[in-house]
Amino acid sequence: MIEIAVGSEDFDPGALLARLEATGGGGVASFTGLVRGEDDLEALELEHYPAMTGHALAGIADEARHRWPLLGLVMVHRVGRLVPGERIVFVGTAASHRAAALEACAFLIDWLKTGAPFWKKEHRGARSAWVEARESDDAARARWG
Amino acid sequence: MALDLLYFAWVRERIGCDGERVEPPAEVATVADLIGWLAARGGGYAEAFAEPAKIRAAIDQSFARGDAAIAGAREIALFPPVTGG
Repeated sequence: MIEIAVGSEDFDPGALLARLEATGGGGVASFTGLVRGEDDLEALELEHYPAMTGHALAGIADEARHRWPLLGLVMVHRVGRLVPGERIVFVGTAASHRAAALEACAFLIDWLKTGAPFWKKEHRGARSAWVEARESDDAARARWG
Repeated sequence: MALDLLYFAWVRERIGCDGERVEPPAEVATVADLIGWLAARGGGYAEAFAEPAKIRAAIDQSFARGDAAIAGAREIALFPPVTGG
């Protein structure tokens, strides 16, 4: 079971986890990314490259399925304007055993952050600024070889 | 050779549009050549492409390096390093 979705609507992690649990595996792992409630941040704006995003996420999912024996895989990413506390991203995996589920889940979010065409802009009052890519994210991707 | 260009994030903002159709001359052979050719237009283009090392690209919806050949490409996107997740 593979589900990949990109859109402006919120998603229900419980419903996504339930579908992963229904795959018959012994373990489900997930990561949910939220807009951090930091200092004067009012909103994040997520832009993407619609013609490429689905294809890039599918490529990351294929790579994960190639590396781990997964029974289920979910990737959901939101776009548009999001306020602190709102969900941005969800990745989830189901596998027969925990190691595959946990490792593949970490892999998916590390690769998603550096390998899918999304950009974040921060809005603080009248000021706005594009988020800069972080070297720590490149290092997180590199650890998977 | 007509080529559709797409711009995202601050590249789009600095140039002032989200895309355009161009016909680069034959000597524009790679992504890096294309960035240099666009930067030479000055104005917002020069601003967007002042630091080519900060520009990433995709050829026909697949990530491509600066030395990638653009021959045969239909759509090239130019954008900053991605920051999703």
